[in-house]
Amino acid sequence: MTSPAESLTGAQSLVRSLESAGAEVVFGIPGGAILPAYDPLFDSVTLRHILVRHEQGAGHAAEGYAQATGRVGVCMATSGPGATNLVTPIADAYMDSVPIVAITGQVPSANIGTDAFQEADICGITMPITKHNFLVQHADDIPRTIAEAFHIALSGRPGPVLVDIPKDILQAQTTFAWPPVLELPGYHPTTRPHAKQVREAAKLIAEARRPVLYVGGGVLKARAASELRVLAELTGIPVVTTLMARGAFPDSHAQHLGMPGMHGSVAAVVALQKSDLLICLGARFDDRVTGKLDSFAPDAKVVHADIDPAEIGKNRMADVPIVGDCRETIADLIVALQELYAAGTRADITAWWKQVDGWRDTYPLGYEEPTDGSLAPQYVIERIGRIAGPDALYVSGVGQHQMWASQFISYEKPYTWLNSGGAGTMGYAVPAAMGAKVGRPEATVWAIDGDGCFQMTNQELVTCAIEGIPIKVAIINNGNLGMVRQWQTLFYNSRYSNTGLDSRRVPDFVKLADAMGCIGLRCETKDDVDATIEKAMAVDDMPVVIDFVVGEDAMVWPMVPAGTSNDEILAARDTRPVWGEDDV
Amino acid sequence: MTTRHTLSVLVEDKPGVLARVAALFSRRGFNIESLAVGPTEHPTTSRMTIVVTVDDLPLEQVTKQLNKLINVLKIVELDPDSAVQRELVLVKVKADLATRSHVLETVQLFRAKVVDVATDAVTIEATGTADKLAALIKVLEPFGIRELVQSGMVAMGRGSRSMTGSENRLRSAS
Repeated sequence: MTSPAESLTGAQSLVRSLESAGAEVVFGIPGGAILPAYDPLFDSVTLRHILVRHEQGAGHAAEGYAQATGRVGVCMATSGPGATNLVTPIADAYMDSVPIVAITGQVPSANIGTDAFQEADICGITMPITKHNFLVQHADDIPRTIAEAFHIALSGRPGPVLVDIPKDILQAQTTFAWPPVLELPGYHPTTRPHAKQVREAAKLIAEARRPVLYVGGGVLKARAASELRVLAELTGIPVVTTLMARGAFPDSHAQHLGMPGMHGSVAAVVALQKSDLLICLGARFDDRVTGKLDSFAPDAKVVHADIDPAEIGKNRMADVPIVGDCRETIADLIVALQELYAAGTRADITAWWKQVDGWRDTYPLGYEEPTDGSLAPQYVIERIGRIAGPDALYVSGVGQHQMWASQFISYEKPYTWLNSGGAGTMGYAVPAAMGAKVGRPEATVWAIDGDGCFQMTNQELVTCAIEGIPIKVAIINNGNLGMVRQWQTLFYNSRYSNTGLDSRRVPDFVKLADAMGCIGLRCETKDDVDATIEKAMAVDDMPVVIDFVVGEDAMVWPMVPAGTSNDEILAARDTRPVWGEDDV
Repeated sequence: MTTRHTLSVLVEDKPGVLARVAALFSRRGFNIESLAVGPTEHPTTSRMTIVVTVDDLPLEQVTKQLNKLINVLKIVELDPDSAVQRELVLVKVKADLATRSHVLETVQLFRAKVVDVATDAVTIEATGTADKLAALIKVLEPFGIRELVQSGMVAMGRGSRSMTGSENRLRSAS
């Protein structure tokens, strides 16, 4: 239904547009150029504004909200530094295909290009890291632009869209009508997979003797987890889920080999290497998955399904490319395979499973207890996952704790694992957890953070405390930039240049939590781990921060050293798995 | 195989669209050899003719990335054998009483024309393929080239089919 046009200011039109586009929450900070928008925002009944402490927090919160709910996350900032502080989360959202809309104030139209106070060319700056951006030039364009921004952000391959609005446009008189007519003649994402390609793919799948389902974040974006399960169980093919796809297929499922890549499980990495057919669903052959590209899965044919045609053939040639929405593609593959199976076309993969099970049994994920009596970080993370369970959301920062959280928490459901995969943005966890909790208030949300990451964005705990967003934060405090230190240990003769943070001493995270209006707890021994987690789980009305003081020497294993072939995977330090050539 | 490719790109006539396209090429590591932008018969659509020297596979990648730009409507690679390709050059050549007639003779030979005359120089305008213009410039060089400016290439497929035709208009109406 179209509402009749009414007269109002550009700012009012913006707020009405955001409401009409379905936004419920805006994470932001006001400032000079965006100020006109904050006046009508003050009166909005349906739009909740959450006043963050740094624009980067607003951006990551919008990402966390979007990743937890599947809806568009919205953040707002003023011109100049307000807008440039959004650059990191926008780049992060671009790399991980997260649908967010960033609204920025701009200096008045007449001042653009004059180096005016708090002027930055944010459209120019964010051009390479947005799916699209707009500089609004007429107040009448506001509803259409907002509608287009939401549509572009969420449809096709999702991504961030920035809308920059000069102050005078916000102050101008205009009219508002909804829904506007979108004017996007150049934007037509392909969602329907080509039937012929699907048949070709199904044929390869039915005939493959060593197939692997290589599942990426696109399956989650397409909300295709249940279809994936049907496809996996119909075919009986081993499944690996990338860092961005953790939760798309239950970790407890017998067909799941875990995560592939630099810190993937031996079974997942080796199965890809030895495969004769990779069925890549919404993944992009990222260098962290493939290792040295020309030695990746050398004997495999490739079926590559992705909604973004540019991903196909970008890193690895596809024998059968399928452009389309992953849910539709998987659904069509299921039908095509049922027909082939009914007609008797089905290769035997029991010998393949025997090999795969051999790798899985010989090289399970695990860790060693530290010999110095310190607390094992992996144990802490494993216990959080066990106690909080499969319904909780886990949001991590970037580094060792991220890899352990991916490895040692069992993800059974989609959208329970949020992290910064492509960009690797330290500082993502706390604000993204805040956004996730706002989007899923009934869920327990754990931020699993490192002491380095935590010190980048912990100011948003103040926002959480004041706005009533009771997240739980586990700081895996090894006093170091742990992953960087691990590389120094392995590749720089243990010369620890500038990786020691001393954060087991300063700051006092318990006091810091307390100062920010949160409950602060500390845990230093294995015996206290469960009780401390239980204590945090019992709190429902305040953010809780636990400072888990852990050993500094723990390392993430398995590991494929950067730039080498996945054949070089180390199950643990100096332990290279053996698999006879005659095995495959 | 590394070859010269001519891409004809229809874009919405919106602010920043040239920057988006140019930035995409540089971001993905491609050098634009020549670029020409101008209006088309449709007031809301501009056309860019872009010449790049690149391997076939990376070209496919850059076209796919270009297609993802929201303001890009259509991309066609023009095969030099079935397309008309033209560039324009203006050359200011030294030409006094002694050499002027030789210069004018060259102009005639290349079916170029003189568009400005001074006592000691003439300005020549020529259009043609890159090869023809290169040949003209080579012949003019001995006279002394004072200044030279050259346009990017514009190109259009031969025959009756139109790149900006009804199919594209239909898409914009949907």
